[in-house]
Amino acid sequence: MPRVNYTAPTTVDEAVKALASAAGLAKVMSGGTDLLVQLKSGRLKPELIVDTKRIPGLIGIREEGGFFIIGAATPGATLSDHKGLEHAWPGIVEGADLIGSTQIQGRASLAGNLCNASPAADSVPAVIAARATCTIAGPNGRREVLAEAVCTGPGRTTLEKGEFIVEFKIPKPKARQCDAYLRFIPRTEMDIAVVGCGVNVTLDAGGTCTDARVVLGAVAPTAVIVDDAARALIGHKLDDATLAKLDAAAQAACKPITDKRGTIEYRTKVAGVLARRVAAIAFERAATR
Amino acid sequence: MSKHHVTTVINGEPVEFLCESQQTLLDVLRDELGLTGSKEGCGSGDCGACSVLVDGTLMCSCLFLGVEAEGHAITTIEGIADGDKLHPVQQKFLEHAALQCGFCTPGLIVAAKALLDTTLNPTEEEARYWLAGNLCRCTGYDKVLRAVMDAAAVMRGEASA
Repeated sequence: MPRVNYTAPTTVDEAVKALASAAGLAKVMSGGTDLLVQLKSGRLKPELIVDTKRIPGLIGIREEGGFFIIGAATPGATLSDHKGLEHAWPGIVEGADLIGSTQIQGRASLAGNLCNASPAADSVPAVIAARATCTIAGPNGRREVLAEAVCTGPGRTTLEKGEFIVEFKIPKPKARQCDAYLRFIPRTEMDIAVVGCGVNVTLDAGGTCTDARVVLGAVAPTAVIVDDAARALIGHKLDDATLAKLDAAAQAACKPITDKRGTIEYRTKVAGVLARRVAAIAFERAATR
Repeated sequence: MSKHHVTTVINGEPVEFLCESQQTLLDVLRDELGLTGSKEGCGSGDCGACSVLVDGTLMCSCLFLGVEAEGHAITTIEGIADGDKLHPVQQKFLEHAALQCGFCTPGLIVAAKALLDTTLNPTEEEARYWLAGNLCRCTGYDKVLRAVMDAAAVMRGEASA
C-alpha cells in the first residue's frame, strides 16, 4: 500500500482538527472496507487517514427519547446483534447485513456505506426510508441533515473539508409502522445490488396505509425517494390495483445505467418487482407491530 | 515517517511491534512477526484467506491496519489449536479431507471456529452463508461444509472427536 499518515483521535474536536488541517486529501476511516481497497488500488491517494473508532460513542447503539442513536462507525455485526433495533427497523438491519461477507460485517459501518457514496449501497435505502438524520461534526460545529442529503452522485457527498458523520439518529417506529429491504443479485451472496429497495409503511388498525416511504438503490446516481410510489400506497390496502400502481411508480423513477450487472430495461423491470415484494413484507410486519 | 509502536495480544501472548501506517495487520503478522499461517489471496477483502479474530470478531486482516491493533486481542490460525491438540474444526478438516491446495484452509478454519464460538448448532444453510466470504477454488465446499457440521456435532458432544 502507498505511504500514508494515520491518526486515531479520541475526541470529535481532535478529529475535525486533523481533517481540516491536512494539507492534502484526508480520509475518514471507520471499518476501512472500502477505503483500504481504494488505497491499495491507487484510486485514492490520501495524505492522512483519520480513524474515528477511538472516539467514544462512534461505535455503539443507544436509545434516547424517541430515537435510536447509532454511532457512525458501528459495524454491521453489532447492528445485527441489537434485538431492539432489529425488531423496530428490520429493514435497516437487513440492508446493513447484506454488505459483504461475515468478515466485512465485522468492520463495515453505516457511515462508511453512506459516504462511500455508491448508488448500490445496501444500507442506504432503508436508512433513508426510516427518515434517519446524520449528525455531522465540522469546523463550524455540528449540523443535522437527513440521510438523503449526504450523497450527490457516485463517490460524491455534501460533506465539506473537516466534516465527518458522528452518528445516525433514527426515529423509533410508531404503532403499526415497520420496514423491509431487499436487493436483487444474480447469486445468493457476495455481490453488489442490481436493484435495492427499502420500504417503510405505517398502517391504521384496519390495515390501510397511512404513511409510506419507498426508496430505490442502484437505479440512479444516488438512492431515489419515490414519492409517487408512496402516494400509490397511502390510503390503500395492499391489493392488486395498489401493487400495480406501486410497480409502475417505481419503474418510472428509475434512471439506471447499463453495466455488467444489468441493462437499463432489466433494472427498471426489477425495480417494480422488488417494490411489490418489499412492500408486501413491510405491510405484513407493520400489521404485527 | 516514524513507525507506530503497537501493544497487542496475539494468540494469548502480549506482543509489541513497530509498523508503518500503511502496513496491514496481515503484513505485520506475516512480515514482521513470522506468523505466516494467514494468507494473502486477494488483498481486497473478497477471499477470506487472511481471516483473523479481533476481540473475537471475524475480520479480514488485509483490510485492517496494523496500527489499529493497539489494545486489541488477535487470534490467528496459529492460535486455534490447544498446543498439540487440534481444534475440532481442524481435526474434522483432516478427516474429511476438506482441503486440496490448502491456501484457503487457515481462513476457513478461523471463520468456522468463529461461527461455532457463537452457535454450536448452525444449520447447513447458516454455515454456508457464514462462510460465503471464504473462497476455495479446489474443494467445491462440500467437504468443507461436512467438516464444519461434523465439528459442530463434536463440540455439542454428539459425535466422537
